[in-house]
Amino acid sequence: MAWFGEIIAGVFIAIGSFFYVVGAIGIYRMPDVFTRMHAAGISDTAGAGMLLIGMMLFAISTGVSFFVTIKLAIILGVILFTSPIATHALAQAALQAGLEPVLASKKVMIGPGAHAEPASAPKSAKKAPKKAAKRRATKSSAKKGRARS
Amino acid sequence: MILAAATIAILVALTLGVVRALRGPTVFDRVLAGNAIGTGAIMLLALLGFLTGRPEFLDIGILYALLNIIGTLAVLKFFRYGDLSHPGGEEPEDF
Repeated sequence: MAWFGEIIAGVFIAIGSFFYVVGAIGIYRMPDVFTRMHAAGISDTAGAGMLLIGMMLFAISTGVSFFVTIKLAIILGVILFTSPIATHALAQAALQAGLEPVLASKKVMIGPGAHAEPASAPKSAKKAPKKAAKRRATKSSAKKGRARS
Repeated sequence: MILAAATIAILVALTLGVVRALRGPTVFDRVLAGNAIGTGAIMLLALLGFLTGRPEFLDIGILYALLNIIGTLAVLKFFRYGDLSHPGGEEPEDF
């Protein structure tokens, strides 16, 4: 019976590593941040989930300590909860920094400021994102100095 | 056997993530690659623990998973407000 569990665990681990490599290739080759986030989601859910489930089955079938299975389940739960949070925060920060998805159609504008002032704010941010960031940094430091004085 | 193959796959994925973190055009690409590298490090720790027959490294994996999200959010907050102690309530005036 133990060999059967090991074979099932091996199948899970093989599928998981396949999805993990697919997600990593997507992170390397996709054209902009948002599509890369999509690829990172593949390797965080399908890849890591399958790998951890396979390792849990492996630990059960080879008869290691039961705490190993529980620890793997804790890692799986933490990854499944925190990975969407990180991706969401990253997407919001990238949109607010003025990046636009290159694969989105031009008619459907996404992001804050797109509905309020579609002409001025996002275009200037897109044209010179580095300059805008620098301006923001100097402005905030100036504000801080004023507040302190 | 399958554990060694999975370890090699994770190493390939980590290499691609490191390349993206070095070449990323924006800071968000680098943050995303750092997040992916963190998840890959957890997987590598677990697989190496099983490969060497001593799966005691999983505690370090849990710690790494908890630190990964904190690090990502801290870097994002720093690059949005320019200050980690910013209250973060109001929007920055021009973005």
